Amino acid sequence: MRKSFLAQNPSVLIFLGILGMFTLAVTVASEGLGLGLISTSFVKTLGKTLVLALIAVAMDLVWGYAGILSLGHFAFFGLGGYMIGMWLMYERTRQIVVDSMANAPIPPTDQEIVDAIGTQIFGVVGSSEFPAIWTFADSLIIQLVLIVAIPGVLALVFGWLAFRSRVTGVYLSILTQAMTLALSLYLFQNDSGLRGNNGLSGLQNIPHLDHVPQSVLSVWFLWASALALALGYLFSAWIVSGKFGSVIRGIRDNEARVRFLGYSVEGYKLLLFTTTAMMSGIAGALYYPQAGIVNPAEIAPIASIYLAVWVAIGGRGRLYGAVIGAIFVSLVSTWFTGGQAPDVNLGFYTISWVDWWTILLGLSFVAVTLFAPKGMGGLFDLWAGRRAPERHGADLGPDQGALREKEANE
Amino acid sequence: MLKRVIFGLIAALAFAMPMFAQDAAGPMQGILQQHAKIIVKSSRKTIAPAIDAVAGSGLPQAQSVLEAWQAKDMWQRESDGLFFKAEKIDSKTYRLIDFDSGDAVAEADKRDLKQIKPNSGIRALIGTALVKFQLNDPDPARRADALASLERDADKTLLEPLRASIASEKDPELQARKRRLERLLTISYDPEEAARIAAIEEMSSDLGVDVRAALNPLVATTLKIFPGDPPDGLNVVRILRPGKDDFSRDSAYTLLSDAGLAPERITSDAIRTALAENIEDGRVAGVPVHQLSDPAKRVEAYTALAAEGRAAPYLTEAEIDEALSTHSFAEIYAEPSPAVTNAAVAALGRIATRVGMNQTLDLVLDALSLASIYFLAAIGLAITFGVMGVINMAHGEFIMMGAYTGYVVQQMIPNHTVSIIVAIPLAFAVTFGAGVALERLVIRWLYNRPLETLLATFGISIALQQLAKNIFGTQARPLTSPDWLGGAWVLNDVVSISYIRIAIFGLALLFLMLFLFIMKRTRLGLETRAVTQNPGMAGAMGINPGRVNMLTFGLGSGIAGIAGVAIGLFAKVTSELGQDYIVQSFMTVVVGGVGNIWGTLLGAGLIGSLQKGIEWLNPSNTLAAQTYMIIFIIIFIQFRPRGIIALKGRAAGD
Repeated sequence: MRKSFLAQNPSVLIFLGILGMFTLAVTVASEGLGLGLISTSFVKTLGKTLVLALIAVAMDLVWGYAGILSLGHFAFFGLGGYMIGMWLMYERTRQIVVDSMANAPIPPTDQEIVDAIGTQIFGVVGSSEFPAIWTFADSLIIQLVLIVAIPGVLALVFGWLAFRSRVTGVYLSILTQAMTLALSLYLFQNDSGLRGNNGLSGLQNIPHLDHVPQSVLSVWFLWASALALALGYLFSAWIVSGKFGSVIRGIRDNEARVRFLGYSVEGYKLLLFTTTAMMSGIAGALYYPQAGIVNPAEIAPIASIYLAVWVAIGGRGRLYGAVIGAIFVSLVSTWFTGGQAPDVNLGFYTISWVDWWTILLGLSFVAVTLFAPKGMGGLFDLWAGRRAPERHGADLGPDQGALREKEANE
Repeated sequence: MLKRVIFGLIAALAFAMPMFAQDAAGPMQGILQQHAKIIVKSSRKTIAPAIDAVAGSGLPQAQSVLEAWQAKDMWQRESDGLFFKAEKIDSKTYRLIDFDSGDAVAEADKRDLKQIKPNSGIRALIGTALVKFQLNDPDPARRADALASLERDADKTLLEPLRASIASEKDPELQARKRRLERLLTISYDPEEAARIAAIEEMSSDLGVDVRAALNPLVATTLKIFPGDPPDGLNVVRILRPGKDDFSRDSAYTLLSDAGLAPERITSDAIRTALAENIEDGRVAGVPVHQLSDPAKRVEAYTALAAEGRAAPYLTEAEIDEALSTHSFAEIYAEPSPAVTNAAVAALGRIATRVGMNQTLDLVLDALSLASIYFLAAIGLAITFGVMGVINMAHGEFIMMGAYTGYVVQQMIPNHTVSIIVAIPLAFAVTFGAGVALERLVIRWLYNRPLETLLATFGISIALQQLAKNIFGTQARPLTSPDWLGGAWVLNDVVSISYIRIAIFGLALLFLMLFLFIMKRTRLGLETRAVTQNPGMAGAMGINPGRVNMLTFGLGSGIAGIAGVAIGLFAKVTSELGQDYIVQSFMTVVVGGVGNIWGTLLGAGLIGSLQKGIEWLNPSNTLAAQTYMIIFIIIFIQFRPRGIIALKGRAAGD
């Protein structure tokens, strides 16, 4: 008899429980709704971290389970942010413009309002016309659809082109990196219609919610982020626990054999790639209203590389590993780069962590790849008493296609 | 009668006296005296007759007078008002030299003299007048100076003196320049239409910017408005019809109203202002104010206002059409002669074709040099990634290390030539060491696990970049090229290429040959190929695969270091230097075809020329060029997933 989904995956319940308790604790300690033990900016940091955990889960699906090392998921994340940012910026500017024009002797025409919004938004790049991509910026519903549609369509087209021609492995990684680079370079231009390197700003001010203070708003966003993470996690766990999960793991371990078994490898990969791109878009749409600004530098290839770093350090191939990695690394990063970490005085040289953190991160990444391919998630195996035979990274079989040490453990 | 005679005598005497004085002082002094007043006044506006008189006197001493005048060496003696060239003897005394005889005639105290100080405007005028003399000066350097000043700023009056000076010119180079200038001046100033046309035809095969500068004013046009049809006798380019030929009705009407030929159009701003001024009890001309957010209502209210005479009448479309139809718009050449303008248009067309061809050549050279830069950046990768199959994301950082090595060497050795000669092997040594260390410490454990290699080298790349930032700071460091690499090889006014780019091209060729030599002719190359194809079998043959991998990886990294020095010479050295090239380098190798150096060469050529080509189509936007190039590559990979030159059969490995 098949066990129920939750009985098969006890970790999901544990995860959801911890997430719920965490959200509750932060709410109680927050400035806006609770005791005021945690500052609003830290609540925002925590909310952003939860969203980063969501995109890490998406990355884990596509890399840890399907073996596609995508260096483009942060581009989808940024696109999601841009889509919600367009509405936030348009609507907020419209409010300001309408308020300022209310005192004019003659009521403004619709065209005059739109022109004034255009001047406000695009004055910084020396233009006042709305580009075509802003056509739907006045409609929240359409922009919400675009949050998943734009990354989804981009991933679909790109994935179809790439998987169809059987680009795999490192080639695919480089190709996704090139796509990310192309997108960020495109957005850097002033005439891309998205305000060039200024990006979209002022996103923390939610239109029609002016009466709600930021301290309360930050808690609302924390709830939304936690909910999105919970749903994303459930969805991912459900995907990987079924037959679909078995097939994509098979693709990761030996693509050719899965193809010979009659599965449409390209279809599976494309579906997974597109779905995770949509998840990334949703994560981005929740992240940037908390961050306040989205600009092309966020999309630069290095961001996607950091995403891979989080998942690798957390432990790929297990969903909670990705969450742990994203939360741990991004919080520790914030701590180190925020200047809160104490400098280390070596006598002849003082190590300032603001400068040296990145080096530490890079080297620990190498160390994790070399010595702990299972990442921090591997600690749970130690606790559970599951240990792999020591093979020093050698293949289990005669050739490259054979199972490798880490895969044999799963 | 007698009275008359006496009067006549007196008159004659009075007339003859200055003549007499002139004769005594020489003819040049006479001319100067005639214009004494304006010379002393020294105003740019009034000085022209004096300069013309001196220059046009035909006297041999005219040149020295003008030169002395220009050099502020002309003095006036206050006792009798005569002009002299004065030389300083000591601080108080000056020696006076007569202009006509050239002899020193007296010494005078400075207090008795008045210096003529022409301002810079006058000196420029004198300079123009002097050119005519200098064109025939015995000193070739001064003739060249005169020609140069003519080339900068020519004048109608100088055409004849220039023509006259050509025949007697001895120096062939100067004569050629004079002929060329004479042709250009003929185009602009010759009174004979036929001569101008002949000159235009003759110069139409010349690519010089000056030729186009001489021709362009001939075809300059102005847009003019005429009531009814344009009058005859004008050199009309074309008649413009509003609403056609990129000439919108709006701009036509704006021209009309700007010229005062039609009432101004009522803009929406004007309507709003007029409405705002006429609000009465919440209504404007009967329309409630709150309805005025509708543009149609606004017009309605405004028309009502205009009907009451409280605002300027609102123009209807029909009125605008009426105004436009009663006027005609035509582009008119400033040059009156149609034959000349036709010849000039044809000549400019021919020149444009030739310029286009040369620009294509220039573009090809540009693309070639960009391709060699990419090739240089990618050739190290062609070894580590192409031959060994190891993804090294820190390759860009090795390039950066090479560039910083060059910078550090230059800080220690100030001579740029020597420092470059030292830096190249040193950069190789440094990055070779770094490559060997990376291979021994990290990559060795990850062979056959390409994704893991990619990630681990990412970590190294991040760490190295930050390390460079910590050591050298975030600002760009200069790596100066030696003087003999400065400048450019100029083919003509359009085509030129800087020496440094030629040097990089040469370096790229050198490395191509070095690569081929090492891979095909040395033991290391043989062993590398053997180990890459089948490490186990190679090991069985007595090759030490570990050692070979280490050395090969070191070699690829070392070449990246040298590429870094070369790239640093024309780009600023920053910690992000490598990052800028890494994606393009991988693209070069992938597009070309992994494992084949000729493929890498072709890949670099394709990417370089593609990027230059896109930049040429959209010159203002190099960011867009990179975007489109990457998109092109993504699509290209669809059709040739294994690159331009794909390895086939057993060599392909899988």
